[in-house]
Amino acid sequence: MASAASPPAGADRPRADRVRATPAALAAIARLRAEHEDVLFYLSGGCCDGSLPMCFADGDLVVGDLDVELGSVGGCPLFLDPRQLAVWQDTQVTLDVADGEPEGFSLPAGPGQHFVAQSRVCPSDELTPLLRGPRPRPAA
Amino acid sequence: MSSAAKPRATGTVPETPTKTNQVYVPPGLPGSLVQVKARYDNYVGGRWVAPVKGQYMVDLSPVNGKPICEVARSTAEDIEVALDAAHGAKDAWAATSLTDRARVLNRIADLIDEHREMLAVTETWENGKPVRETLAADLPLAADHFRYFAGATRSLEGTSTEIDRDTVAYHFHEPLGVVGQIIPFNFPILMAAWKLAPALAAGNCAVVKPASPTPWSILKLAEVVGSAIPPGVLNIVTGPGAEIGKALATNPRIAKVAFTGETVTGRLVLQYAAQNIIPSTVELGGKSPNLFFEDVLDRHDEFLDKAVEGLVLYAFNKGEVCTCPSRALIQASIYDEFIGRCLDRIRKIRQGNPLDPATQIGPQVSQQQLDKVASYVEIGRQEGAEVLIGGRRPTMEGDLAGGYYYLPTVLRGENRMRVFQEEIFGPVLAVTTFRDEADAVRIANDTLYGLGAGVWTRDGSRAYRVGRAIKAGRVWTNCYHLYPAGAAFGGYKISGVGRENHRMMLEEYSETKNLLVSYSPRPLGLF
Repeated sequence: MASAASPPAGADRPRADRVRATPAALAAIARLRAEHEDVLFYLSGGCCDGSLPMCFADGDLVVGDLDVELGSVGGCPLFLDPRQLAVWQDTQVTLDVADGEPEGFSLPAGPGQHFVAQSRVCPSDELTPLLRGPRPRPAA
Repeated sequence: MSSAAKPRATGTVPETPTKTNQVYVPPGLPGSLVQVKARYDNYVGGRWVAPVKGQYMVDLSPVNGKPICEVARSTAEDIEVALDAAHGAKDAWAATSLTDRARVLNRIADLIDEHREMLAVTETWENGKPVRETLAADLPLAADHFRYFAGATRSLEGTSTEIDRDTVAYHFHEPLGVVGQIIPFNFPILMAAWKLAPALAAGNCAVVKPASPTPWSILKLAEVVGSAIPPGVLNIVTGPGAEIGKALATNPRIAKVAFTGETVTGRLVLQYAAQNIIPSTVELGGKSPNLFFEDVLDRHDEFLDKAVEGLVLYAFNKGEVCTCPSRALIQASIYDEFIGRCLDRIRKIRQGNPLDPATQIGPQVSQQQLDKVASYVEIGRQEGAEVLIGGRRPTMEGDLAGGYYYLPTVLRGENRMRVFQEEIFGPVLAVTTFRDEADAVRIANDTLYGLGAGVWTRDGSRAYRVGRAIKAGRVWTNCYHLYPAGAAFGGYKISGVGRENHRMMLEEYSETKNLLVSYSPRPLGLF
């Protein structure tokens, strides 16, 4: 899947990381990787706990050929349903940790804690390219 | 709605007067209708069974953020214990006559009715939904759902087909066996009823995992109805989804899995079902459009009042509804006057202690849901949406200060924004305008989801055309948020696979057995 977007010609500004993580999230990821070897994140949608980043041991969720990899933090990829890319492409995502049990089948970030995704609206061409998946639409 | 008005959100539900308009006493306090044990075990095989590893977790009330009780923090071993009980019961339950199965379901319904106030206060305290809703909607609808399937299963007929003069194909419904069901937090009892009633009516036994924020309500339901159900037919296991939800959904001893929740766990449920080659139904939410055509303002009458309420229903159950009408599409020619009327109504919403029968909106179910709602409003602001009302947490006094309250909010913006495209699951309405009918349908369908929709117009032909053109499983027409048993409910597109709330569910919880019988004595003659 070598279809990652390349920087637009003439772009000389450094791009901000599309996916980041707070120190608390990085520490939680390190603990999970010690326990499960590798984990991945997938941004959910829909009912109940939709929009939260769900965390799974690698191999638990089968990642499809069309899934988009927005970026990677702490050695773990963050995926998105390609159909959601249109509304997420202009977003910088910061993984963080908050109190409360995770819902769905997501692994906890720690005892009684779950992962959250903070969003900052930011034009896609100012963010690092997708690691995998379709090229975002050009900025208008 | 004034505080004296009857809640009409559920329309077809018969009004049942409450004994008092006084604020209900919180569960566990002297004088409360609801007794609270310090600790609840799993409900397995008709008994209360401690979790194998002896771990418990605290269940919080969103009303004040304080603990209600402890419930079992179960592990995969407890799922096996529950499956043992269910498999032990399944043959006898499958062999139970339809008359007796229906009698059990009707008894469950009667017990829910008899304990309506107690269960309503329980669910309100654990979920935060106003008691006026649990009294008038959640509990009466749950009871009615069991009655509906008691009748439906008795009236469900097999078929016989004369293939030729001497050959007949008989078709029978047979139970699947033991099914796994994962319940969401937004209607802890009603969504359990939606799943349990058809499963039990079709002769299956169930292992149920309630949502992590709301495990207690269904345990109180089991206290009430448990004696009416043969042991092992209904089993409830509480605990974290990553541990027991997964252990249930992946288990080769279930014959079907049903799930309501977010898309990625839905995808996992489908994946596990594929690995075990079993059927599944998933209901995964929506971003339902609610369309208001200019003729609603033709007259200033009761219908206009109903349409205004129809928009404000986004705040029903504090927006924690899969079919929340969270996108209002208003014809541009009437936008200013219509939204003005709606904002006047929204301004009058009474927010507060949900145990007060006058309260119209309570707290979000959990701190994480509250945080998510607040973060979406912030995203909306960054995207350029205009906050027409709300947009912040209210200041709550006293005990309520620790609860998870958010003001009913309206954002005006464009359909391409994230706040128009993603399910917020809170009292946040995204509103925009359309030019004409074609534009309305285009915007309505410009979404990944297709669960619910609303169409408001005085023109019957237009209502029909638009209703058929919207890609959604349920299009409320000149109404919203009615959930009568007998009206199929489920999603187009990524809102899910399968339907609930209808007789057709009996098929989804049954195998089809075909007996192909020859009445001819003659051999085929091939060998």
